[in-house]
Amino acid sequence: MTLSSAASAPPLRAAEARRSSAFPLGALALTWPALLLLLLLFVLPLARLFALSFEGGNLEWYEKALTGGLYTTILLRTFEIAAIVTLCCLLIGYPVAFLLATTTPAWRALGFAFVMLPLWTSVLVRTYAWMVLLGRNGIINRLLIDSGLLEQPLPMLNSKMAVILGMVHVMLPFMILPIYSALTRIDPDLPKAARGLGASTPRIVMTIYLPLTLRGIVAGVTLVFVVSLGFYITPALLGGGKVLMFAMVIEQQVREFLAWNFAGALSVILLAVTLLAFTVLNQGVARHLGD
Amino acid sequence: MLRVVSGLVFAFLMLPLLVLFPISFSSGTYLRFPPPGFSLKWYVRYFGDTAWIDATYRSLQIGAATTVLALLLGILLAFGLVRGRFRGRSLIENGISAPIIVPHIVLSIAIYGLFSRLGLIGEWYGVAIAHTVLALPFVVIVLLAGLRDFDVNLELAARGLGAGRLAAVRTVTLPILAPSVYSAAFLAFITSFDELVVAMFIAGANMTLPKKMFDNILSEIEPTVAAVSAIQIVLVSALLVLGTRLRRPATPTNALTR
Repeated sequence: MTLSSAASAPPLRAAEARRSSAFPLGALALTWPALLLLLLLFVLPLARLFALSFEGGNLEWYEKALTGGLYTTILLRTFEIAAIVTLCCLLIGYPVAFLLATTTPAWRALGFAFVMLPLWTSVLVRTYAWMVLLGRNGIINRLLIDSGLLEQPLPMLNSKMAVILGMVHVMLPFMILPIYSALTRIDPDLPKAARGLGASTPRIVMTIYLPLTLRGIVAGVTLVFVVSLGFYITPALLGGGKVLMFAMVIEQQVREFLAWNFAGALSVILLAVTLLAFTVLNQGVARHLGD
Repeated sequence: MLRVVSGLVFAFLMLPLLVLFPISFSSGTYLRFPPPGFSLKWYVRYFGDTAWIDATYRSLQIGAATTVLALLLGILLAFGLVRGRFRGRSLIENGISAPIIVPHIVLSIAIYGLFSRLGLIGEWYGVAIAHTVLALPFVVIVLLAGLRDFDVNLELAARGLGAGRLAAVRTVTLPILAPSVYSAAFLAFITSFDELVVAMFIAGANMTLPKKMFDNILSEIEPTVAAVSAIQIVLVSALLVLGTRLRRPATPTNALTR
C-alpha cells in the first residue's frame, strides 16, 4: 500500500530519499501480514493449548504429569538422549568442521557435498535408511552373518542405540556448519605464529582453536540439543515403541485418548524445558563470553 | 588422523543414503541385501499407484503454495525490519525464530486444535498455511542477511534517476537479492515438502507424501519407499548442484547462528 502509492512519486534528491527510505510507519505496515499469520497460527493456538492445560482452575493435569514417575522418567530419558546426541555430534562434528576449514578448496567442496546432501534429504528418508541398515534382516546383520562373524542376527533396531544413531545422523550437519563458520573466521596467522614459537598441536588447539570457536560450538550445541528434545519421527520409527520420548507421549495423548487438557500440560512442560535449555545455553554462555 | 576420522564421518553421513539405491532396484519382495536381482518393479509400483502419485502431487502443491506464501510475507517482513525504525523491531527479529525452537509436536497439536474447530482438517491449503508458519523464519533470516549486505545507495541511485520506490525495488533491489530469494524459496519448499508431524495431524485422510511414506514404513516391509527415497535424493542432489551456480549456498544454520 505504502509502496504502490509512492511508486508514482516524483524523483527525489538523495538526501530526501535516504530520509524517506527509513519510512517508519510504512515499514511497520510491511510487517503486518507476516505478524498476523504468526498471531493467528502460532501465538493464539499455543495460548489456547496453554489455557486448556489449566482448565478447571487447578493444576490437576500438571500434578498428573509430574507425579507418579512415569512422565518424569520419560522426560529425563528425553533429556538424556538429547544430551548424548549433542555430545556425539560435537565429538565427531568438530574434526570434520576442522578438516573442511583447513583443506584445499576442491576437497572442501566435496566434503561440503557430503554434509549438505544428507541435510537436505528428508528426515523420514534417512530414518528409513537406518531401518534398512539396522533391521533384523538388515544390511549390517546380513553382512556380519554372511562373513561368518555372527550366527544369529543382532537385535540392533528398536533400541536406544538405534534412536541415538539416527538422531546423530539427522543433527550432525547442524553442529558442523556453525563450528565451520567460526573456524573460518580465525586468522590463519595465529596458529602459524604459535607453531613458530614452538607450541605443540594440542596446545594450539587448546589455546587458539577451542576458545576462538566457542561461539560456534555454543551455537551448534544449542541448536542440536534444543531440536533433539522435540524429536518425534526418528524415535518413533527406530525405537519401535520401546524408546519413548516426550514428543511421542504428547502425540499419543491427543491421537489415542483425545486427552487435550493433559496433552496441553505435557506440551507446556516440554515447551518450558526447551525454552529453558535454549535460554541457559544461548544467553548464559553468550553473556559469559562478554556478548 | 583428522582425515581418517573425517572420512569415517563422511561415510556415516553418506552410506545410509547410498544403500537405498541398490534396495530400490531389488527384484526381491523383501528388504534383502545384497538384492537377489535387478528390477524396476518398485519404481513401476510407485508411478502406477494413484495413492502414491496423488500424495506426491498434493505435497508438491502444498510445497509450492507454502513457498509463494512464505516468500510474499517474508520479503515484506524483511524489508520492514531492515528499512523501518520502529519500536519492537528487535523483538520481532528475535521472535521470528520461535517456530524453529518450539517443538513441532507442540505446534502441531495446537494448530490441530484450532483447525478442527474451523473444519480445516483435510484441506490442502490448511496444511500449506500451517507449513508457512514453519517456513517463514528460514525465509526471513536468509532475506535479512541478504538485505543487510545490500548497498542501499544502489536503490537510492535508481530513485534519483527517476524510478519510483516500487520500480526501484523491483528493477534494482530484488534482482541483486535474487540469490537470497532463491535460497529462501528452496528452504521454504523443502521445509514443507519434507514435513511430517504437522501434516500427520491436519492433513486428515488426504495424505501428503511424507505421511504416505510413514504409513507405508509402519505397515509394509517392501522397497517402494526405497524407490521414492532414491528419487528424492536424486532430485535434491540436482537442486544442490543447481544451487551452487547461484553463489549463495542455502544453509539454515548459517542463518540461525548469526
